[in-house]
Amino acid sequence: MSILVNKDTKVIVQGFTGSEGTFHAEQCMAYGTKIVGGVTPGKGGEVHLGKPVFNTVKEAVATTGATVSMVFVPPAFVADAVMEAADAGVELAVIITEGAPVRDMQAAKAYAVKHGMKTIGPNCPGIITAEECKIGIMPGMIFKKGNVGLISKSGTLTYEGANQVCKEGFGISTAVGIGGDPIIGLSYKQLLPMFEADPQTEAIVMIGEIGGDLEIQAAKYIKDHITKPVVAFIAGQTAPKGKRMGHAGAIVSGSAGTAKEKMDALEAAGVRVVVSPAEIGKAVKEVLSK
Amino acid sequence: MNIHEYQAKQIFQKYGVPTPRGIVANTPDEAVANASELGGNIWVVKAQIHAGGRGLGGGVKLAKSKEEVRQLAGEILGMTLVTHQTGPEGKLVQKVYIEEGADIKDELYLGVVLDRAKEMPVIMASTEGGMEIEKVAEKSPEKIIKVAVDPSIGFQGFHGRELVFGLGITDKNEQNKFIKFAKALYNVYMENDAEMIEINPLIKTGSGDFLALDGKMGFDDSALGRHPDIEEMRDVSEEDPDEREAGRYGLSYIALDGEIGCMVNGAGLAMGTMDTINYMGGTPANFLDVGGKANAETVAKGFEIILKNPNVKAIFVNIFGGIVRCDRIANGILEATKMVDVHVPVIVRLDGTNAAEAAEILKNANIANVIAATDLADGAAKAVAAAKGE
Repeated sequence: MSILVNKDTKVIVQGFTGSEGTFHAEQCMAYGTKIVGGVTPGKGGEVHLGKPVFNTVKEAVATTGATVSMVFVPPAFVADAVMEAADAGVELAVIITEGAPVRDMQAAKAYAVKHGMKTIGPNCPGIITAEECKIGIMPGMIFKKGNVGLISKSGTLTYEGANQVCKEGFGISTAVGIGGDPIIGLSYKQLLPMFEADPQTEAIVMIGEIGGDLEIQAAKYIKDHITKPVVAFIAGQTAPKGKRMGHAGAIVSGSAGTAKEKMDALEAAGVRVVVSPAEIGKAVKEVLSK
Repeated sequence: MNIHEYQAKQIFQKYGVPTPRGIVANTPDEAVANASELGGNIWVVKAQIHAGGRGLGGGVKLAKSKEEVRQLAGEILGMTLVTHQTGPEGKLVQKVYIEEGADIKDELYLGVVLDRAKEMPVIMASTEGGMEIEKVAEKSPEKIIKVAVDPSIGFQGFHGRELVFGLGITDKNEQNKFIKFAKALYNVYMENDAEMIEINPLIKTGSGDFLALDGKMGFDDSALGRHPDIEEMRDVSEEDPDEREAGRYGLSYIALDGEIGCMVNGAGLAMGTMDTINYMGGTPANFLDVGGKANAETVAKGFEIILKNPNVKAIFVNIFGGIVRCDRIANGILEATKMVDVHVPVIVRLDGTNAAEAAEILKNANIANVIAATDLADGAAKAVAAAKGE
């Protein structure tokens, strides 16, 4: 078991024939992901990486039966692509592109929610169910199959966390990079219950950062609903106030959204909070051997 | 990206958000000419820098004659203004805004920002104008009225009513004027992809008119591509030159006040590296995300920018190679050390794809001040020790 995606998930790629789309679609296919086609307007009817190219998402879904779309279109076209996917009945859009305007994402997410389509990202590494299905840009080989679910705002901290978990002799069920933009799709609060319900997952790692209050919401949810052990790290304890730390959403505004506030809330919810990401693996080992 | 008050007011005026009349000046002579053009017998001379608290810092002064305008403009232009938002080093004033005097009866606050939890813009209003809104939020949160506006329906009548009744504006005429003001400001926010707008204070005049006495605007950097008119308002002298130079090479850099330079791929890991250094008893000198495509050129540029800071006693390169293979990054680091004179110890931790090959490359190169580390904890510990001269 796993959450959201597995070896049978059929995936299309929006922005299939572009350089990023091509490179990463190829990597995903090599990992075992069932990429069944792609969409590039104007290139419908062509064959790319041995898969059919369609002009519209509707055609692609009707022909291939895909339920998930991996979005690689340039930032200015992300909202359009996501809304097209929602309109075509796609169940989950994984948005890798970085730099989509906030106003666009606001509209696109509202539309996706209205159509019952889940979204992951934007500006994220994607989602991976270890040794089954990778939809995104993460290095597949560090994710060994196992019993730990992972949710992270940061790409490289996802790799860091997964790598440590695997080095300790455990593995990953599914890892989801949710992205660090001000408006994102699925977040901790929606993903935690999925991991709670997944029989393969025995512990959950959540990696957050400064800015916004998603981690605080997660802490409240964990307190009331999550029985599996959770290990958390919040990046940016040493970040200065009012400075945007790389990610568009990683900013402490006024006195809100600090790492300390989030760490305290998680600790109060019974989460094992680590002060350095170097401690994630050890903490997972600790909570799993209890 | 942020803009100056005078630029924000130009945008306000285009959308029908009322402001006092004013003209920006670069010299005392221009300031006097502007005062003559505006007419009247009382003017405000306002320093234009990207920071709040200008009044308290001595950057906003009242002039009752044109001679006084000249004198005050002369004093303020070229001064280094220190406010609670500039840091102790302050900011050089290069422009002043000459504005007609206003008849202030009440001071209010009005702003628009993104409510990240609701995922829509929220209009914030308060009767406590002229004070820092963060302080109001802390001490008397009930004095801030928040009205979220769903962009799919836009600013409706009820949004306006919630604002005016919340603020205690009872006069029908004044209510209408305020609602019109707030609606226009919402349009400014949406149509320009603003990230935040703040008017503090928004004043009510003796005749019951509302005016934006101040104006602060920030924009969504990701959307600037479709707003060339706003991009043109960029004042590069307000930006940190090192951050700006880093940006030109695709690096994201922020200077801090510690001793250990950091070069990391990914914003989250970059913050996590700073946190780990701190946890191990050291102090980070900077945040630096080299992005997903670390190569010899970007690494060399990173070294160059980090080493501009004289406090740096060691550099910790922490890369988790994903799609980019570690062996290539290791070669990039070696090449970079030839391009830039790196005179402090460099601790290198490369993990992920081809990490073993990378370790071999670094070992064989045998460069005196390049120290290999096995993982994040090891690297941070070695960097902290090196910075202490151990």
